[in-house]
Amino acid sequence: MAADRETMTRILNSVPQQHPFRFIDDILELDDEHIVGTYRFREDEYFYKGHFPGQPITPGVILIEAMAQTGVVAFGLYLHMRQTHATAEDAKKLTTLFTLAEGVEFTGVVHPGERVIVKGHKIYFRMGNLKMKVSMERENGETVSSGTLAGRGVPSRI
Amino acid sequence: MDEQTIFNKMIDILRGYTKDPSLLDKATMDTHILNDLKVNSARLVDVIIKCEDTFGITVEDDEADKIGTVGDAVAIIKSKLG
Repeated sequence: MAADRETMTRILNSVPQQHPFRFIDDILELDDEHIVGTYRFREDEYFYKGHFPGQPITPGVILIEAMAQTGVVAFGLYLHMRQTHATAEDAKKLTTLFTLAEGVEFTGVVHPGERVIVKGHKIYFRMGNLKMKVSMERENGETVSSGTLAGRGVPSRI
Repeated sequence: MDEQTIFNKMIDILRGYTKDPSLLDKATMDTHILNDLKVNSARLVDVIIKCEDTFGITVEDDEADKIGTVGDAVAIIKSKLG
C-alpha cells in the first residue's frame, strides 16, 4: 500500500541529517518495496568551493550520501515505523549507520543547481538491516549513479 | 544431507563474506563466524539468505540470532532439512 502525503512528510521530517549535510528535499513515492526522493544541489553547497576551485562539480561521495539519505535512511525509517508501529517521534530515536556500498558506478556529472531524483528498491529488510538497490537520475531521466547500499538502525545517543 | 556436506557448503558460502578466505582452511564447527572468520556483522543477513537459497530452507530471525559458530549454522540447517 502506498504511503499518503502526510506519512511521506512525517518520514521526511524524521530524517536526522541537517544542513549542511542534508541531501533530501522531498519524497515523491513511498511504499513497502520502494521509495523515490528528490534533492536540488544548491549553488552555494560548502563543498563546491574546493571541489573543484573554478570548476564546481558534486563529489561522488556526496552523490552516494544523497542516495543513502533517501534509499536507506528515509526508507529505513518508514519500514521501521511500519514494522514496529512506531511514531515518527519514536523513529527519531534511531540513527541509521551505513554498512555497505557495493558496485557503485558514476555515469554522469552533477553540477551546482541540478535537481536529482533518487530511486531505491528494497532487496531485503531483516533483523534491522536494510539493503537497497539505488539509483540517481537527472530530471530528464538520465542515470548519473547507481549501486547497492545497506545500513542498520541503532539507538541514537540522546 | 550429512553434516560434513552441510559444513562444506557452509564454508563455501562464507568464502564470499570473510575478509581473509585463508581463515576458512582451518575452520571447524567451533569457529566463530564473526570473531574468527572476520565476517562483518552487517553481512550476516546476506549469509543467512545465501543459506536459505542454497539449502532451500527458511531461517527465522530469532533462529538466526542464535548463530554464532559454523556449527550453530550447520545444526540449524540440518534440523531444517530433517
